[in-house]
Amino acid sequence: MRSVIPVLTVVLGIFLLWYAAAIWLNAPWAYDKATRSGEVLTTQTLVADTWSQEKPKLPAPHQVGAEIWKTTVEKKITSKRSLIYHSWVTLSATLLGFGLGTGLGIALAVGIVYNRTMDMSVMPWVIASQTIPILAIAPMIIVVLNAVGISGLLPKAMISMYLSFFPVVVGMVKGLRSPDAMQLDQMRTWNASASQTFWRLRLPSSMPYLFTSLKIAMAASLVGAIVGELPTGAVAGLGARLLAGSYYGQTIQIWSALLMAAALAALLVGIIGLIQRVTLRRMGMA
Amino acid sequence: MSNSSVISASNLDLTFQTNDGPVHALKDVSLEVGKGEFVSFIGPSGCGKTTFLRCMADLEHPTGGTITVNGVSPEKARMARAYGYVFQAAGLYPWRTIGGNIRLPLEIMGYDRADMDARVARVLELVELSGFEKKFPWQLSGGMQQRASIARALSFDADILLMDEPFGALDEIVRDHLNEQLLQLWARTEKTIAFVTHSIPEAVYLSTKIVVMSPRPGRITDVIESPLPKDRPLDIRDSTEFLEVAHRVREGLRAGHIDD
Repeated sequence: MRSVIPVLTVVLGIFLLWYAAAIWLNAPWAYDKATRSGEVLTTQTLVADTWSQEKPKLPAPHQVGAEIWKTTVEKKITSKRSLIYHSWVTLSATLLGFGLGTGLGIALAVGIVYNRTMDMSVMPWVIASQTIPILAIAPMIIVVLNAVGISGLLPKAMISMYLSFFPVVVGMVKGLRSPDAMQLDQMRTWNASASQTFWRLRLPSSMPYLFTSLKIAMAASLVGAIVGELPTGAVAGLGARLLAGSYYGQTIQIWSALLMAAALAALLVGIIGLIQRVTLRRMGMA
Repeated sequence: MSNSSVISASNLDLTFQTNDGPVHALKDVSLEVGKGEFVSFIGPSGCGKTTFLRCMADLEHPTGGTITVNGVSPEKARMARAYGYVFQAAGLYPWRTIGGNIRLPLEIMGYDRADMDARVARVLELVELSGFEKKFPWQLSGGMQQRASIARALSFDADILLMDEPFGALDEIVRDHLNEQLLQLWARTEKTIAFVTHSIPEAVYLSTKIVVMSPRPGRITDVIESPLPKDRPLDIRDSTEFLEVAHRVREGLRAGHIDD
């Protein structure tokens, strides 16, 4: 509870800045309109106008809030204009991609830790994969998969996977190598097999590293899913809302999709954080 | 080599190749350890006492000479789970209870459930930790954790116990208590114990045989058969015999240092 006041103070500060920036950025258009209709703007009418334009450069918080309310609570979930519907489309691709990425990441990490050839050869490729701009490769993945008859959820999930496996590989390699020489010697004195050492020592030891990686991977997955929705012609999903919004200059729609994406990311990362807390406490590692 | 010899090393050499040239961790080390003996290895750091113990455990590989454990190579002895090894740190898994930690080697060795439970109960009783089975390591003091790690090394009934400065990180009072308990445990289980330490009183109090070692190259400078009786109360440490043995150990350590 002690953190409530500082957090509220920061939120308040952001709102103040936001409203001020809205006045500053939207004022030229307000003056433009006023000159054309021959009106003279007082400070009050100027402020009122900048906070209520239909296509503002920067929509005011209450406009975004109203848009989110309208497109979540007041729309049926099945409606194409419901933000919940679009969020679900993005979320399903995010979760599938996150699952695939985590699986791929752990598999590669196990390979790197247990196989000398993989240890020497895989990591540079893993790093190189992340230096390619995702925006450049996303359309190609979509197009190629589409050509072989795969469309819809999976191509987007593949892009999520492409972004999310990386932190998992890096974290898990470190985590699986975290048992010290003494613990490994101890296993050797018991003549433990490689798989026994893995399941009983290496994997449990890697849990703190895994959870940290999963948080980053989850956020990356969401970005991947959104990016994956851009080249599909803006059919559905938060990415589609962003793209459609920018086509038609619907800044309020863009901002509401952005905030929705941020809230989704916060929620997902928060859930992992919660699982992390409970798990590590039960394992005596927190 | 006599038949009762459990650990037998002759002309053992171990040289590590480092960037600063070869390091002679062990040079020409020969030793016989009989069944049921309590042997301490004492010497300054770098004298090879831990390396020697690790050779017995097949954790290091000698570059020369021969060593047998229970009459076979250390590797075969390790495969046959002939020894329990106690490290300087307790090394208990925080995510397992004390019972779960003791069960760990038993799970690896494939004991059945009922047998495991019986063994856990028995070794916990041996180290006086009955009733702590369901506790987690962080709920125990350092000394209790080390006792749990000894219980773990005892759980699969190996005849040999290799201990690498197991009480090195504990304070003097706890150490005294654990030494006393270790002697009782040794008397009850009749195991052969090899014990690395850098404490003279500890070595003299515990051992039937004290091996004094010195560094560069790591070698044995003296082997002392203790004249002390098997039954040793803590105050035996004030007796003349005890002080005489301790004196000889100290002399041995000093001699090792002079030709340094």
